[in-house]
Amino acid sequence: MSGYLFSRLLQTLVTLFVMSVLVFGGLHMVGNPVDVLLSPTATPAERLEVIRSFGLDQPVWVQYGIFLRNALSGDLGNSFVYNQPALHLILQRMPATLELAAAALVMALALGLPLGIYAGLRPNGGLAKAIMAFSILGFSLPTFWIGLVMIMVFAVQLGWLPSSGRGDTVDVFGVPLSLFTLDGLAHIALPAFNLALFKISLVIRITRAGVLETLQLDFVRFARAKGLPEARIVLVHVLKNTLIPLITVIGLELGSLIAFAVVTETIFAWPGMGKLIIDSIAVLDRPVILAYLMITVVMFSVINLAVDILYSIVDPRVRLEGN
Amino acid sequence: MTEASEPASWARRGAEAAPPSASPFRQTLGALLRDPLALIGIVIVALLVIGAVAAPQIAPQDPYDLAQLDIMDGRLAPGSQSMTGMVYLLGTDDQGRDLFSAILFGLRTSLLVGIASAAIALAIGASVGLFSAYAGGRTDAFLMRIVDIQLSFPAILIALIFLAILGQGVDKIILALVVTQWAYYARTVRGSALVERKRAYVDAARSMALPDRRILFRHILPNCLPPLIVVATMRVAYAIMLEATLSFLGIGLPVTEPSLGLLVSNGYEYLLSGDYWISFYPGLALLILIVSINLIGDSLRDILNPRREG
Repeated sequence: MSGYLFSRLLQTLVTLFVMSVLVFGGLHMVGNPVDVLLSPTATPAERLEVIRSFGLDQPVWVQYGIFLRNALSGDLGNSFVYNQPALHLILQRMPATLELAAAALVMALALGLPLGIYAGLRPNGGLAKAIMAFSILGFSLPTFWIGLVMIMVFAVQLGWLPSSGRGDTVDVFGVPLSLFTLDGLAHIALPAFNLALFKISLVIRITRAGVLETLQLDFVRFARAKGLPEARIVLVHVLKNTLIPLITVIGLELGSLIAFAVVTETIFAWPGMGKLIIDSIAVLDRPVILAYLMITVVMFSVINLAVDILYSIVDPRVRLEGN
Repeated sequence: MTEASEPASWARRGAEAAPPSASPFRQTLGALLRDPLALIGIVIVALLVIGAVAAPQIAPQDPYDLAQLDIMDGRLAPGSQSMTGMVYLLGTDDQGRDLFSAILFGLRTSLLVGIASAAIALAIGASVGLFSAYAGGRTDAFLMRIVDIQLSFPAILIALIFLAILGQGVDKIILALVVTQWAYYARTVRGSALVERKRAYVDAARSMALPDRRILFRHILPNCLPPLIVVATMRVAYAIMLEATLSFLGIGLPVTEPSLGLLVSNGYEYLLSGDYWISFYPGLALLILIVSINLIGDSLRDILNPRREG
């Protein structure tokens, strides 16, 4: 186990290093952030001053060395635009994104699991066919477009829910969360559902496939022969075996929810880190782009590790090996 | 696994209806045409492709020839008539551009980017996957580790970072989509190639001292095609959707090459004032395109029955 953890840690560090070199070098090649930072009326002397103050007069490897040394002590540089530590900017917006992703994941499971189980139990029924048709539609709906349609219907036409922003928040252990206020819930409902739609389809499909497959297995036939109530067979025995592939998918999809929050946050003006990265890309705010990348790599590595460990707990046949 | 032992016949369902001498391709196509949902998908995709290819001929106006636009016709509702008597079937945008024409031209860009990126990613991914399976050992472990690491990051994140570096442009978004997609093909092909390379016909080809490259591409690859076709169909749909999303976010295509995503983005600011059609119809066209491709993919998956979810 410790060998396994060590090899995973090593892999994460290598990924971080390679990604940072690629992105640092790439961003260096595309353009000079000075043009973005300076007003067109700046004098050449001011220009030189800005270049010097950001260390942009150094060769790229020296700049990378400085970046690396600072990064190791927890300093990912200051945002060119906000003039605040990039790390701080991102961490400040992280709770909003994580809250949105978590709400979407809960929605995906709460809707996807029952629908998927039903479709698996009665694969040829009319309702099951309708559920599967919905899941194809859910896969195909462009997130950004369905978000606009949702704003159009629920915010503009019906006026039921607000179209943008985060609403009131309550501090829970110092972290502002909107799930505990009515206003906050009203604000998160549309964006969370928007983000969840794709995943609902995914959960339906995986659950259905798992149920269909598990129902064929001998232990189900045995449980039936033993006269166990059908509800118990489905909810305990079949569901348990269906959850195994689902856990992997949920883990990976949590990461993808966080990444796709970029789209939802842009549409619903949700003040999370996705909106920050889009704005930063538009103005080439290098430190923020780099810091966002570093943080997501770490975050995804942690999620993947958690999934693997959880997987080995749920399914004892799976052994973790370091290689 | 029974279908894998008969590499000559891909199709499981509906194969009996085609003459046994028919090629695997024709058997699959036959089964596809007998699935009503797939047939609907094929017809719609065909219509959209024709509409996109023939856009300059059939569109009521050239949406990017400023001389044909009349700013007085800006933001007209669907079905309105222009002063010259032309009917704007789906309305106009803020520039007075006929949305129906803009959608036809947008489809061109979306299809081009989707298909080109999928084709390049397929060529690269399939080669890597084949090579990896054939080489085995450390090479295989190393390549698959890279694939695993890349697949643990969502495609949109990788595309986002790449486009942040590369900037906007058709070539750049195709490159970014290739980078995000190749690993799916590599993993799929490697999976089937690992099974295929142990088969007798590969031993036979080896014993004839055929060159490795010929065995890989002429003998093993054709037998890896069924799952690859399914994955490729789904991936084209995904690539089109991803391009639209990135363009909507303003980091994909430049304003001079409007894809469907960019059209949706243009109408965004008029949505709250009730002029829904500027965003709605281009998005609807995108949705219909993607649903149709996915219907075909879904049916193909049932027919070819690969062992893995695409």
